[in-house]
Parts: sequence; C-alpha cells; structure tokens
Amino acid sequence: MTALLESIGYANWALHALIWLPVLGMGLVLWAEEEQAKTVAFWWSMGVFVLSLGLWWAFDAGYGGMQMESVTPWIESWGVSYSLGIDGISLFMVMLTTFSTSIAILGSFNYIKTRQRAFYALMLLLEAGVIGVFVATDLLLFYVFFELTLVPMYFIVGIWGGERRIYAAIKFFLYTAFGSLLMLVGIMYLYFKAKTFLGVPTFAWADLLQIPLTGPEQLWLFSAFALAFSVKVPVFPLHTWLPDAHVEAPTPGSVILAAVLLKMGTYGFLRFLLPLFPVAAQHPTVVMTMLVLAVIGIIYTAWVAAVQPDAKKLVAYTSVAHMGFVVLGIFALTVNGIQGGLIVMISHGISTGALFLLLGMLYERRHTRVIEDFGGLGRVAPLLATAFVITALASIGLPGTSGFVGEFLALMGAFETHPIIAIIATLGVIFAAYYMLPMVQKIFFNKLDKPENREVKDLSGREVAVLAPLVALMIVIGWHPTPILDRMEPSVRAVLERVENASTGMADGTSDPVPALSEESAEGFEPAAARSQESDADQALVSGE
Amino acid sequence: MTLDFSRSLHYWWALLPEIVLCIAGMVVLIAGVSGKHAGAARGDGEDAPAGQGNELGWIALMGLLATAAVNGWLYGVTEVGTDSMIAVDGFRLFANWVFLLGAALSILISFGYVYRQKLQVGEFYALILFATAGMMFMAAARDLIVVFLGLELMSIAVYALTAFNRRDRKSAEAGLKYFLLGAFATGFLLYGIALVYGATGSTNIAAIAQAIEAGAASERLLVVGVAMLIVGFGFKVSAVPFHMWTPDVYEGAPAPVTAFMAAAVKAAAFVAFLRIFVVAFEGVHDSWAGIVWWLAAITMIVANLIALVQSNVKRMLAYSSIAHGGYLLVAITAANQTAAAGLLFYLLIYTLMNIGAFAIVIGVSYHSEQRQHVEDYAGFGWAQPVLGVFLTIFLLSLAGFPGTGGFMGKIYLLQGAADAELWTLAVILVLTTIASYWYYLRVAWFMWMRPATAEAEHAGVVTPFPMQIALVICVALIMYTGLFPGAALDFARESVAGLGNLGDTMLGMTGR
Repeated sequence: MTALLESIGYANWALHALIWLPVLGMGLVLWAEEEQAKTVAFWWSMGVFVLSLGLWWAFDAGYGGMQMESVTPWIESWGVSYSLGIDGISLFMVMLTTFSTSIAILGSFNYIKTRQRAFYALMLLLEAGVIGVFVATDLLLFYVFFELTLVPMYFIVGIWGGERRIYAAIKFFLYTAFGSLLMLVGIMYLYFKAKTFLGVPTFAWADLLQIPLTGPEQLWLFSAFALAFSVKVPVFPLHTWLPDAHVEAPTPGSVILAAVLLKMGTYGFLRFLLPLFPVAAQHPTVVMTMLVLAVIGIIYTAWVAAVQPDAKKLVAYTSVAHMGFVVLGIFALTVNGIQGGLIVMISHGISTGALFLLLGMLYERRHTRVIEDFGGLGRVAPLLATAFVITALASIGLPGTSGFVGEFLALMGAFETHPIIAIIATLGVIFAAYYMLPMVQKIFFNKLDKPENREVKDLSGREVAVLAPLVALMIVIGWHPTPILDRMEPSVRAVLERVENASTGMADGTSDPVPALSEESAEGFEPAAARSQESDADQALVSGE
Repeated sequence: MTLDFSRSLHYWWALLPEIVLCIAGMVVLIAGVSGKHAGAARGDGEDAPAGQGNELGWIALMGLLATAAVNGWLYGVTEVGTDSMIAVDGFRLFANWVFLLGAALSILISFGYVYRQKLQVGEFYALILFATAGMMFMAAARDLIVVFLGLELMSIAVYALTAFNRRDRKSAEAGLKYFLLGAFATGFLLYGIALVYGATGSTNIAAIAQAIEAGAASERLLVVGVAMLIVGFGFKVSAVPFHMWTPDVYEGAPAPVTAFMAAAVKAAAFVAFLRIFVVAFEGVHDSWAGIVWWLAAITMIVANLIALVQSNVKRMLAYSSIAHGGYLLVAITAANQTAAAGLLFYLLIYTLMNIGAFAIVIGVSYHSEQRQHVEDYAGFGWAQPVLGVFLTIFLLSLAGFPGTGGFMGKIYLLQGAADAELWTLAVILVLTTIASYWYYLRVAWFMWMRPATAEAEHAGVVTPFPMQIALVICVALIMYTGLFPGAALDFARESVAGLGNLGDTMLGMTGR
C-alpha cells in the first residue's frame, strides 16, 4: 500500500486535494439535477473519504513533527503562506471529518427534502473548511478556515433547521465569532512580535514558535486564544449555544457539529495554545482553571442532561460532558491525558454522531423527539434498538467500546498530575450511565403502549449502511486502539516536550528564548523568515534599538 | 516626463486628469440640455421613452475612462521636490482610481433609477463627474487652500445631488440638512486652515511640516487650528459625534447618490485627512492622535450599536458606513505606513462592497425609494438566487468575513494598529465587528431563512444591464481581493511609499 501511494506521489498532493475536491464537488452538486444532488454529493464525499484513507499508510508513525508539508506563498508582503501539513494530532481529525461527512450526507437522504442542491453544496463547503482547519500550518490561513466553517453551518442550521432555527443559527454564529475575533487580535499581536523579533512579517506556525514571549504576554495571548477555542469546544460556561444549535440543526448538521466542529476547539488547544504559549499553559492557575471548568462541564451537564425531556437536547448536553473529558485530558499535560483526550475526540465524533443519526431516524418515523412519546420500540425495530444500545454504551464509555479507551486514558492522565480532580471527574462516567440508560430504557424497552409506536419500521438497507461502519468503529477502537495511539504518540510527546522545556520564566516575568518543538522536528522547520531575510532581520534588530 | 513646478505650465500636466474629467462633465451637461435630451424626464407625468438618457450615462462613463487613462499616464511622471501645491505621487493616483471606480459604479447602478424617477439625467451625471473632480483635487492637494477648493467643489455638487429628486420631500429635506450642516463644518475647516496659517505662516503642507519641525510654529494656535480641522474632517467622514446628518441624508438622498456618498465622498475626505495629518502635522502627532483615537473608538461603538436596531436597510447601511469610517479612523490614529496603505486598500474594498450592496438595495426597491424595510427581503434569496448570493457576499465582506476583500482590508487595518501598538483600538474594532455581524446577518437571514410574504413580489426586481456590469465587477473584485489580495496590497503599499516621512521607517514601523 505504501509503495502504491508513493508511486502516485500521494504525499505531495493529498492534503491539497482533500481541501479542494469538496469545493469542486460543491460546483458539481449545484450543477446537478435537484433529485440527483444527494447521490452526487454522497459519492463525491465517499471519494474524498477513500482518498483520505491513504493518509493512514502515507503517514510516518515514528515522526512527531509535521509531515507532507507544502508551503506556497499566498500573501507575500504579509508573510502569509498557503502551507499545509499533518501530524499525529491532525491525522485522525482529517479522517474523522471525511468519514463523518460521508455518513452525514448518507444519513440525510430522507431528512432533507427541500432545496437539496444548496444543502449538499453547503455540506461539502463545510467539509473543505474543516479539513482546512486541521491541515493549515499558517496561523492566518487557519483563522480563515476556522471562520469560514461558520458560514455554511449558519445557513445549514438557519435554513433547514427546526422551529427556532434562526435564533439558534445566529446564536451559534455570534458566540463563535466573538471568541475568534478576539483571537484575531492575538494573532495580530503575534504577527507584530514576529515582525519585531524576526524582522519580517510572518504567520507561519513554525516561525511563531520561535518568538520569545514574556510571561504576562503569554497569559494575555493564551486568554484570547483559549476564549476562541473554549467557545468552540464548548467549555462550561460558554456552552449555552450548543444545545440550541444541536436541537435546531437538521440531523446531518448536528452530526457534523458534534463529530468535527467541536473538535476544532480542542484541536486548537493542542496545535496552538500549548505550543505557542507553553509558559502560560503550565501556569498552575491556568491549568487549575481549565481543569475545574472541565470538571464542572462534565458533572453539571450530566445533571442537566438527565432531566431533558427532549432526546436530542439530552444528547447535545452529553456533548459538553464528553468534551469536558477532552479538556481534562489535555490540561493534565501528560502523554496519557492528551492521547486520551484525542481518543475521546474521535470516539465522541463517532458515537454522538451516531446518536444524532439514530434520533434523526426516530424523528423521521415518529416526528417527535420527546422521550416519553416512545416506548417498547425494541420489539418492533430490533435492529434500530441494537444499534442504539451499542452506541449509547459507547457514549457512556463501557469497556470494550471506544468511549472507554478515551475516558480511561484521559482520567488516568489527569490522575497522574491532579488526582483529586480526576476522582471527581470519574463521577461523570457514572452520571453518563445515569442519564443515558433511562433514555434507552424509556425509548426501547418499556411497554409498547402507544399505538403509533407499533407502526415504527425497522432500519432500511441505507440506514444499516449508515450505522454499521459507525458501530463497527466504536467496537474496533474499543478493542484495538494501539495503531491509533501509536500514530498519535510522537506528536503528543513533541507538544509536551515543548511545554515542559519552556522553563518557568513566569515568576520574574522575563522572557526566555523558547526552544524549538523538538530536536528532530526543528530541522523540518527552518523558519521561512530566517531563510530568506536574515540580513534584513539583523538590520531590523539594529534599527529597532 | 519630469514635472518641475517652477514652470506653471507643468501644473497643467499635473492636473490633466482633473481637467479631462471637468471637460467630460461639461460635455455631459451640454449634451443633456441640447437636442433631443432637452425635454427628457421633465416629470410631467408621462413616461419617458425607454433608454432615454442612457447615452448621457455612457458618455459620462467614457469621460471617467479617459480620466482613468490619463491617471495611469501620470505614473510615468516624476516630480521635482515635494513642496508643490499639487502632488503627483502614488498616494494621489491610487486614491484617484478609487474615486473613479466609485463614480463609475455609481453611474452604472443609477441607469434604471434615473429613468424610473424621471431625473434630469444630464445634470445628474455631470454633477457626479464634478464631484469626482473635486475629490481628485482633494487627493492631489499639498496645500490647504487646494484641499478647501476641492472639498467645496465636491460638497456643492453632492449637496445638489442629495436634493436631486425634487419630487421627493425626503430628498429635499436631506439636501437642505446636508447643505446647512456641511456649510457649518466647512466654516470650521476654513477657520482651522486660517489658524494653522497663523501658527506656521503657510498653507503648504510641506512648509507647515517644516515649520513644526523647526519649532517655528506657535504651539497653542496650531493645536487649536488642528482641532478645528479635525472637526471639519470629522464632519465630512461622519465621525461620531459629528455624524448626526448622515443617517437622514443617506436615507433621504436618491439611492445611487447615497452609494456614491458613502463610498467616494467618504474616501476623498479620508484621503485628504490622512495626507494633511500624517504629512503636515506629523510633528504634533501626540497632540492630535489622542483626539482621533477617541473619535475612532466612539464612532465604532456608537455607529455599530445604533445600526443594530435599524430595520430600514438603507438606513442600516448608512450607520454601517459610519462604522466603517470608525475603522478607517483607526488607520489615521496609527499614522504609519502600514496604516496608510491599509486605509487606501480598505477604501478600495469598501467602495466595491458598499456600492454593490446599494445596487441590490436599489434593485429590491424597484429603482425607487420603496421596499427598503428588512422584511421586504424575506425570501429574496430563493426568488433571485444570483442577486441573493451577491448580496450575501457583499454583506459578508462588509462584516469582514474571510474569503472576501473586506476581511483582508480589516486585517490590514489591524496590522496598522498593531504596528502602532494601538491594542485597545484593535480590540474595540473586533468587538464592534461582532455587533456588526448581527445587522449584516439579519439581512441574510431574512433573505434565505424567511419565506417571502407575497409570492410574486420579488419578480419585479429587475437589474438593467449596466447594473449587472457593476455587480459583476464588484463581486469579482471582492472575491479576487479576498482570495488573492497580494497584488492589490502591494499596489497600495507602494502607493504610500512617497508619503511624508513614512517611507523611511523600517517595514512600516514608526519609531513611536
């Protein structure tokens, strides 16, 4: 397989193709007949997914830095480049994106009945934007993609959503934009520092890592970036947009939102927050704040979820709880914690995505999402019930499912550094059972006492095709996560090394030249600025005095 | 060719674009009152024959094109020294492109409007050309007197344009209001010029800068004069608290004129503002930067907050235009090379997106002054998908969203603020931008997410061919500058290279 990929130069064009093929597909979908749009969109997204599978083999599991890098100048006078790259952290996010987009499109065949061309075109645009977020290695390019994902999602929620769709769409948009615009000021500050320090303007991630920042500067920038990402994750108490958006969004919108859009926040933590501001990121107050917020998110939203009458809203709240585990894992600042967080990200994408799809299927059959309206469905729709139960168990984190691996590692990682926090967070796993199992029971197992429920049809062939890969992945990752963990580990270690190497310049507020990401990855990151403009840099330093 | 202004003949060469434009304006004016156009659109209740007056519009566009050609020719000209009354530098020429583009787009979108409203086309187009000539004088001026002349030429033409629809009471009211307040502001400006002259002994920008540099200026007199100038310009760029006239005037004026005012007139005021303050008053930056800082801050905050509650789209765009003025004031406060280039670039983008948005507003309102409420846009996107997508792009660009030119413009302004370390202003800029998302997206949500109130209401929205040209130009350039801004950015950057003392700072960083 590796040889085949090499023979077609896969590593050179794969990342570009993954961004631009969906955009091309968007044109095709708009050009197609209204009735054909969904078929075109599905097969196109499948093609993109198959293409992304190649990353698994083309990726060098032993190397922690950026791979398949390509740098093309974009806006030269600002030092912005169209530069892409992938490492163990983004690899799985990209694959998760292509996978869940295909699944979401297939799952929306019956749900989306109006303006189909526009809908599928927006789905593909969203896919392009999200992949762009995960592979961009230039801060401004990242920001462009990060913001760009808002527009298609805004329209998907606002046009095809439920009753209060406009409210939900605008709330989603304003909340996320609020965070990211403050991050933009932070990006500008980094640009300014880069220009002062390196002598040339640059937004390249690798170059920005070289800038020495004082402790207070790091704290400010950390706050700006953390706010942007925390809204996206969402971290308690910035999560209030999420239940609204999830409930009002059409099923495929919810799937994408849960499966990948939330991950852009936690991905941002790992890609930018920790490496760029290592001193702030390990400051005890900062770490404690993030951990406590994560734990509150886990416990509080579990309780809120438990009392929701609306099944979709319940699942929406579980999202916040799951993402709490991710944040917990990341700010444990241990290899286990971060790897656990990453597995939770994948697992949550699969299991919550599947839950939203299942609820969408129930809604298509019964036109209600209120838990009390169901009952005893297991007898009339055994396949649906089986899929739901497995998914719910994976969501709870039962051993043998993907959820367990992730939450266990995240909690273990947190226990290594903050045992008390970890112990409290463990309660969240119990609470997860407390809100999830009654819902399963009420929908599928109680008496089949409502006549409408007797008419519910079991899964169709297409629906089985949607759910089977999801369920299979939950179990496969649950039993055999090693290949995934192996590919993540070097990159996770590189992030942690960078955080640990940043000696505590915090106390006296003096700056220290932060060491490069790691020995080996530093070679790959010959700073673009230093390459071309060394003499200018010297001049600037001289004239700056 | 080298221009040596010790010979007065060379001023003719330097002013060639303005001269060509004035001649074109007169040609349009005379053509409008002669021959078959004489009786055009008198407003006696009869429909004018189709196409009436279109020739005059095309003549005016040809005039603008010829002016643009001459403007391009001036790039081959070098001047001796920088103390002449008329500047021949990149800054002026770039600004001229913006004005000419704004005027051409405004004319293109007014074909249907002047026909439906039975306006006197000859005078209408001629006044736009004269106003544009005034703007070009303002951009070229290296002497406060020339600034004043240009400003008056522009303003008087625009006063008339505002009140042009004499059958519309709102238009007349707007014209009178604009004229009275404008005259008042001009008084401030003139008084400021007089005081600056008193303090420094010259009205020449270079001479003023030298006098300040040499410490020969009377400090107190100068500061009062500078403050007066800020008031005068604050009025023209409609900075809060001198913005009171703007919403009424923008709402009352004929829609194409509003587009022209919001884009080109504002651009001219900013260009003159920047040149005077950055070149002449560079030495007293500390005494005026604080005032402009506050103007920028409250303009951004107040305009964006008031725009939130506007439900008339034209009025909303008026407040949005005030808000954009606030963003541009950030560049004036920063007063470094990046900020100056950012200001030029932003003016270009702003002209495109603003006139584009107005073009669709004119279309939706059936080329008249009705159907301007945001509710009238319900279902518009699905009824007219192309126009809907275009308006969405314009709105996203106005909101400064990635992928559009508006985003690049905003980034450039933020870079200018960053270089001057104006972090508070930068934060205010982005926070008020979030407020602006609300009112721009509101139009988008009415367009795409609400069903149309009446089935056929959007069928009456027609876009004449010239307006289609304007829309395609606007969208194409906005997307182009949003995706590949490099060329336009470098052009803007090179254009400010010769401006004052900014050119010699390393990488646009001022030592301040």
